Amino acid sequence: MCDTCGCGDPDIVPLDVQEDILSGNRQRAAHNREHFRGHGVFTVNLMGSPGAGKTAVLEATARTLGAAARCGALAGDLATDRDAARLTRAGVPALAITTGSACHLDAKMVHEALHKFPDWSRLDYLFIENVGNLVCPAVYDLGQDVNVVALAITEGEDKPVKYPVMFRKADLVLLTKMDLLPHLRHMNVSAVLEGIAQVMPANKVIPFSAETGEGVDEWLAWLAEQRLSRGSAQHHHRHEHEHV
Amino acid sequence: MHEYSIVQALLDKVDYEVRSHGASRASRVRVSIGELAGVEIELLKTAYDTIRHRTVCEDAELDVTRVNARWECPQCRTAIARGAALRCATCGQPARLASGDEIMLDQIEVEAA
Repeated sequence: MCDTCGCGDPDIVPLDVQEDILSGNRQRAAHNREHFRGHGVFTVNLMGSPGAGKTAVLEATARTLGAAARCGALAGDLATDRDAARLTRAGVPALAITTGSACHLDAKMVHEALHKFPDWSRLDYLFIENVGNLVCPAVYDLGQDVNVVALAITEGEDKPVKYPVMFRKADLVLLTKMDLLPHLRHMNVSAVLEGIAQVMPANKVIPFSAETGEGVDEWLAWLAEQRLSRGSAQHHHRHEHEHV
Repeated sequence: MHEYSIVQALLDKVDYEVRSHGASRASRVRVSIGELAGVEIELLKTAYDTIRHRTVCEDAELDVTRVNARWECPQCRTAIARGAALRCATCGQPARLASGDEIMLDQIEVEAA
């Protein structure tokens, strides 16, 4: 008997569900996370608008890290494997995930990509370069350790408050293209930082330039510290569970 | 435009619930969407109307409740005002989202078999 809407229809039965609609993705992400943690692979979900400089961040990361750490990347794009090709040239073994029309990566796409990625379990860092988009990627957990948002200084002061969903989830914002600041006469960096503080609880920002190398050392130090605090470095390659 | 993939996940869940209760179709579906869930409610409704045909939701109305974002200090539970920096003025702790990120299937009404 329907006693919720008052229609009195005896054939209507209400069923309480109270379930996260994306619980399927969450479970798959938890599965990925278990694999990453078990193998000591520290995983970064790198998000940001198209053109924010995500690939350039990873190129600069590879240049500076050199042989000091084993890095790999999954690069999500609607079409083409250009980002993956750029990363491979920069010395980061990378695999493209072409999503077709999907505006984001999800845990299943990442899981399937891992099956095609040789020796991912031997990496120190796996960077997942998400599809360029300031909204949708934030909704889907991939199993990452940290969320990093690349926000270019050229994108405007109000982007963080306009796109609060992504900044809420961010553990770090890389404020990229800082070398262009002298050309942006009306850009007020402190207004960007105030906006970030309103939408990002972690409120951690590193000004960055892939061109000049500004912020690269601070970024690498942050990564190493996060990796250590999450125990990835200790558990390296001790994972015994077969990946099926 | 991830609203379509959210609706697909919703239809799968409703289908499972309806069938496991021995019913054949839903007559109403109630969901809650948080202000900071990253889901556009109008787009969600459009996506629902587009792909519900020939599913258990063919004749089911979609009721969407929007949940406002509410931030608080994880330590002293003081509410953080809208538009303020997300840090507790007293404890200095980063704020925690108490509600407003749900993408939740609350309830389904089915027609008894």
